[in-house]
Amino acid sequence: MELHDLSLRQLRDGLHKRDFSAVELTQTLLKRIHILNPQLNAFVTITENEALAAAAKADDRLAAGENGLLLGLPLAHKDIFCTADVRTTCGSKMLEHFVAPYDATVVARLAAEGMVTLGKLNMDEFAMGSSNETSHFGPVCNPWDRSMVPGGSSGGSAAAVAAGLVPVATGTDTGGSIRQPAALCGITGVKPTYGRVSRFGMIAFASSLDQGGPMARSAEDCALLLNVMAAHDPRDSTSHPAAASDFLRGLDRPLQGLRVGVPEEFFGEGLDPEVAAAVQAGIAELERQGAVIQSIRLPNNPHAVSTYYVLAPAEASSNLSRFDGVRYTHRSAHIEDLTDLYKQSRYEGFGAEVRRRILVGTYVLSAGYYDAYYRKAQQVRSLIREDFRRAFAEVDVIVGPTTPGPAFPLGAKNDDPVAMYLADIYTIAVNLAGIPAVSLPCGLTQSGLPIGMQLMGDYFADDLLLNVAHRYQQETEWHLKRPQLAVGEA
Amino acid sequence: MAFDQDTVRRTAHLARLALPPEEVPAVAQQLERIMGLVEDLRAIDTTDVVPMAHPLDLDQPLRPDVPTHQDSRAHLMASAPAAEHGLFLVPKVIE
Repeated sequence: MELHDLSLRQLRDGLHKRDFSAVELTQTLLKRIHILNPQLNAFVTITENEALAAAAKADDRLAAGENGLLLGLPLAHKDIFCTADVRTTCGSKMLEHFVAPYDATVVARLAAEGMVTLGKLNMDEFAMGSSNETSHFGPVCNPWDRSMVPGGSSGGSAAAVAAGLVPVATGTDTGGSIRQPAALCGITGVKPTYGRVSRFGMIAFASSLDQGGPMARSAEDCALLLNVMAAHDPRDSTSHPAAASDFLRGLDRPLQGLRVGVPEEFFGEGLDPEVAAAVQAGIAELERQGAVIQSIRLPNNPHAVSTYYVLAPAEASSNLSRFDGVRYTHRSAHIEDLTDLYKQSRYEGFGAEVRRRILVGTYVLSAGYYDAYYRKAQQVRSLIREDFRRAFAEVDVIVGPTTPGPAFPLGAKNDDPVAMYLADIYTIAVNLAGIPAVSLPCGLTQSGLPIGMQLMGDYFADDLLLNVAHRYQQETEWHLKRPQLAVGEA
Repeated sequence: MAFDQDTVRRTAHLARLALPPEEVPAVAQQLERIMGLVEDLRAIDTTDVVPMAHPLDLDQPLRPDVPTHQDSRAHLMASAPAAEHGLFLVPKVIE
């Protein structure tokens, strides 16, 4: 196998056996990025010099006998995580030239382990999108078929990992933004329990829903990354005191007796038959390994999308009010007074989808509509959480499809925001409740597009989900399938 | 329904977005479609249901009030679109 195809553990073994150095590994991947990124548009910023310097430092630490699990291994960050000295755009013209004064906690923790950051990854603007087409820096293409979307909002992360530009990447998930692109690009992605991963330095979209997480080609690599990403952070008031855990420890536990719930609501109208069949086969594999399958109900799940499209825009309209054209953002050149400055800068700096969500959020929070929409949605959010509480009294894990269909063509849903919103129909409830979920590859369509299976768990059952995903990947090969890419005379 | 063009203009003002007049009709249509999507919430019985603002029932945590950040004034001002004498510049607000 070639370097770009290896897992984190294989890469670490190679570094320790001196098969290659961290600098050589970094150079190899940078070369691949330079060849493939023009086709995929996964990277917004490539940090070649910084990466080579960090790799040289990692080689010194390796030579000095250090043996951290991630030392010298490459990754890239979704461009929503702030990085000191390298611009952080959040996929927006508003922040096209913004350089943060500090590293996000996630960035700092992974860098302290000696990981080498190769750059910043494309995303839907302010993480608002399900196809990576709302980015100011242009859409990302799906490595399996470049006429298809990679999913979003962490579409650059998913495409980069699937194409072997990096072995792992960070992502964020507010309504499915890790799991949905992971499913559409055939990789594994984890949306951790809310409060596991620090949001400090992660540009806020909807603060009660946002959660960072790992994206990789296997559950084991996700666990390796999450081990460092998950930690209590005093600088994030929503960081949980028990955020840290060892996600590697229980990976190999057998699935004998595992109680698996299959929600009827996830297999109804609107689900692509090929996706349904692949997920059913995935569930059968869990059963073959000793899991006990039972049907369950999540009766309020059909209301998750509407609940989300009140609450998330409401939080976003408040969070994005900080982008005012005064302190660190795009400023319009066509202004006469201060109100003008705000209004013109925000109109020019935000793309159409972000503006739409700000308007929806402003509307549902405005006088006269607050109780009818915002408060009502918060109440339904309680009901959705109650559904999960009841379900997890009976089962350990809930399994279903990650998305209603495979990747769709670029441009297919651009004229209808609501059609795009329904791409997240199976992922949103998890964020509303705050529970963890994993998407992992479980098949390919006839036309060769990846299909994702979603595992959902109770609060802080992230380790159990990774365990189930890992056992599944020990017995199946879907996570080893790779897209065919034209690398020319590399 | 809810989103006539006046509502769009009023909401855009509240959100401090300078929506050009020619965009208002299309935006009104899209927002009406989105509000139509969330309309099903109204029919759900939520009598006595406590609104959920947040996933975790955590108390507001406190930490010792000690300085944590270094002085990053120069760095912060470097990102300002217009600055002078260490201050952010905006159009004149007092005649």
